[in-house]
Amino acid sequence: MLAWRNLVHDKIRLAVTVTGIVFAVVLIVVELGLFIGFTTTTSSLIDQSGADLWISARNVPFIEQGTPFSERKLSTVMATPGVAAASKYVLRFAEWKRPDGGQDSVLVVGFDLQTRLGAPWNIIAGQVDDLRQPDAVFIDDIYRERLGAARVGQVVEVQGRRARIAGFTQGIRAFTTSPYVFTRFKAAQNYTVLREDETVYLLVKAKPNVDVEGLRRRLAARLPSIDVMTTAEFSRRTRLFWMFTTGAGLAVLLAAVLGLVVGIVIVAQTIYATTVDHIREYATLKAIGASNWYLYKVIVLQAVISALIGYALGIVIAVLVIRGSKESGAAILLPPGMVAGMLVLTLVMCVSAAIFSIRKVTRLDPALVFKG
Amino acid sequence: MSDSAIRVRDVSKTFAQGAAAVRALAGVDLDIDCGELMLLMGPSGSGKTTLLSIMGCMLRPCRGSVSILGEEVTGLSERDLPRVRRDWIGFVFQGFNLFPTLTAVDNVGLAFDLRGLPRRQASRRATELLEQVDLGDKRDAFPADLSGGQKQRVAIARAIAGDPWVVLADEPTASLDTRSGRVVMKLLRGLAHDRGRAIVIVTHDNRLLEYADRIVQIEDGSIVSDSASAGGAGERSVHS
Repeated sequence: MLAWRNLVHDKIRLAVTVTGIVFAVVLIVVELGLFIGFTTTTSSLIDQSGADLWISARNVPFIEQGTPFSERKLSTVMATPGVAAASKYVLRFAEWKRPDGGQDSVLVVGFDLQTRLGAPWNIIAGQVDDLRQPDAVFIDDIYRERLGAARVGQVVEVQGRRARIAGFTQGIRAFTTSPYVFTRFKAAQNYTVLREDETVYLLVKAKPNVDVEGLRRRLAARLPSIDVMTTAEFSRRTRLFWMFTTGAGLAVLLAAVLGLVVGIVIVAQTIYATTVDHIREYATLKAIGASNWYLYKVIVLQAVISALIGYALGIVIAVLVIRGSKESGAAILLPPGMVAGMLVLTLVMCVSAAIFSIRKVTRLDPALVFKG
Repeated sequence: MSDSAIRVRDVSKTFAQGAAAVRALAGVDLDIDCGELMLLMGPSGSGKTTLLSIMGCMLRPCRGSVSILGEEVTGLSERDLPRVRRDWIGFVFQGFNLFPTLTAVDNVGLAFDLRGLPRRQASRRATELLEQVDLGDKRDAFPADLSGGQKQRVAIARAIAGDPWVVLADEPTASLDTRSGRVVMKLLRGLAHDRGRAIVIVTHDNRLLEYADRIVQIEDGSIVSDSASAGGAGERSVHS
């Protein structure tokens, strides 16, 4: 009762407390969302490929940096026990000519329509099978305006060759400034000027119940001149490259850490100030016989109520911010795990700050009540 | 039970003030009986409030002992002291120390809440106590809406919620006008004489002398006089 009344009696103080928590929640969610969006975007093509193994030229540091090698390695892969499917895959830069005559750089993603390893996902217009047409391409909805591709069926030009929009995906952002253009492998070879007997990657699907790491070792032994990586390994390698080799990654990481620290400081300061505001009342409670446990209950309950209100409002605002940013180039993700984690973090932050202020309260001299 | 509600023996207290030590109490002996209203008087800095804090188990003496209702409390742990304050002692403060966020009935009910009473029962008993102090019609008023005298009566209701044997009051009338002060003092005297409680009041106010059974003067940390009050004794004999 006292905890709730203390909170709601002074609505301005409650508003200040909740605003502090809301600000912290929004800051942390947006910064962490940016960080997760950053890491997810850098490796989304790998993570969503459906492949278990990626085969590339030696020491490819990240997915966009793949270099061609002979496609004849595919038959060796197919002949290896435990392989359910394998196909060629290309990811290379090309020039996109906009209807207004301007040019833009794009990343052409060529995959095999048979195995569908590396195919686009989140398709909102058209079907993957539509890419069987020789010049069909998919782009993401986010880049419609930028690439001047307004509708399905529109004819465009990629690397001086005709292409036709066959469908759109949603939310497949490119990490670099060049949007992805999905097409079948053969078309991609043409758009990226890749030799007919070359591929940039080979994607491998293991048979059910086959140990993927074991299969990776067997393939590596058969293909000594190239790299065989598990999808997780290549994904991690790509993410780490962008995270630590480029300034952008470190900046996002630093911003996320700072967001977390600043958020914690704001919440701690807010809850601490709220407790200290009531310090004389807590001294009275101690004087009239309240145990320390009773004081803990009041203060922690106050913190929990503030945390829940601040969290609920903060998440709503963060969702609005994230929705608003969808149209921009920034990818801010809010996975369900983060929503739940943020609730725990908010409660932990508020209760920790309350416990910190409790130390001040429990060490209170109850005789303070007699001092004027 | 011992006749002495509070027994103070050879209590000394020294406070550190920077590098210097300030002696607040020096070997105080005092017995306060049940049914007695005692005024503790003296100039500022004489040690009145320090003695009250020690008797109220809020401050530990540097030397000596304090017994309440026959139990030695000086050596009790910090964990046990809240129980002593809650069950045996009621406090009335100069500044009322009501919770501004709670209504009158909830302020009193809080004392029952500390004792683990269910909310509905606490509310009913708090209402009864407010009626006893003639504030039944103010049960839902917040402290900000009450006069000084009304606030102090709510504080008295809270102080006696646990039916304590000892009530310690620090300048309970200092913030009140004469009429309200009289009402408050009559309430406290009633507690002593009608219900046999030991009431200790720290005050500078000579107008309270007429309510006292006993007046203890303290100066420089020592008791310099301890006498029965003619007016108080007279009143007491009427009630007893």
